[in-house]
Amino acid sequence: MGLNIDNLWVINIAGVEIWITETIFNTWLIMFFLIIVAIIVRIKLKSFKEVPKGFQNIIEAIVEIFDNFAVNTLGKKLSYIAPWYFMVFVFVYSSALFSVFGIRAPTADWATTFALAFATFVLMLSMGFKHQRGEYLKSFFGPHPIFFPLNIIGELAKPVSLSFRLFGNMLSGTIILTLYYGLTPVFVQFGIPALLHAFFDVVVGAIQTYIFVIISLMYIRNAAD
Amino acid sequence: MESLANVIGIAHIAAAIALSNGIFTTFGQAKIAAQAIESIARQPEAADDIRSAMFVGLAMAETSGIYGLLIAIIMLFANPLINTLVNLL
Repeated sequence: MGLNIDNLWVINIAGVEIWITETIFNTWLIMFFLIIVAIIVRIKLKSFKEVPKGFQNIIEAIVEIFDNFAVNTLGKKLSYIAPWYFMVFVFVYSSALFSVFGIRAPTADWATTFALAFATFVLMLSMGFKHQRGEYLKSFFGPHPIFFPLNIIGELAKPVSLSFRLFGNMLSGTIILTLYYGLTPVFVQFGIPALLHAFFDVVVGAIQTYIFVIISLMYIRNAAD
Repeated sequence: MESLANVIGIAHIAAAIALSNGIFTTFGQAKIAAQAIESIARQPEAADDIRSAMFVGLAMAETSGIYGLLIAIIMLFANPLINTLVNLL
């Protein structure tokens, strides 16, 4: 836990330096954890019954809640991209939850959030062209062709503001907790930080994950409808 | 050395000023939340729609506050002026 993103190793491949930073390593950790969970669910899938019970209940509830949410926001026609956003939701929220254990959240690095937001941007453009074709291109020329540069700037600002929102929220939690751990004497560092972690990681993480996903879905719906 | 101290001091003041836009962000968010609660009280059956619209509105209003926070962070931890000045001295 710290303000800076540490550089763990430098791998040299054919004269090209590849830096393995803390962010990449923590992303791998979270990916590893999520893949294990996915494999467990896949194995248990065979023994799922008509009437859900216990573990099956939880999994079905999570998938169903997200499906309903995606259909409500996107509409029936576009809801086939919901699995990607389910993955984004799970990854962003579990990265916020992992920072409870002192692992620096990968989303507190602009590279991660910008990658996710850029995926949204590409998806938005391709969905717009796929569903609207020429109409989408025409929408850039707005009410009048003179608005074309403004529309382009507006479109380019979308991934930037989307990524900065998540990054800023996660980084502010990291900074406040680092200041708390760095400035207080040792005997208050047990117990009390749990409250700070509960607010800045669990609550803010949940809200910002929800916001990130719902705003991405709204951008896509605006482009495709 | 004195000029470096000046730049660092001014950067800290600038970070404080950049953070003060949180005041207006908070006022905007308070207005959104108040209006949403009012409309939920008037129409409790539309509470779910209003709640999701409120969250989106809150996130949009929060953007300017986040930009201020990022400018403050850049001023404090990654100030380009300080690096330039250190190279000059």
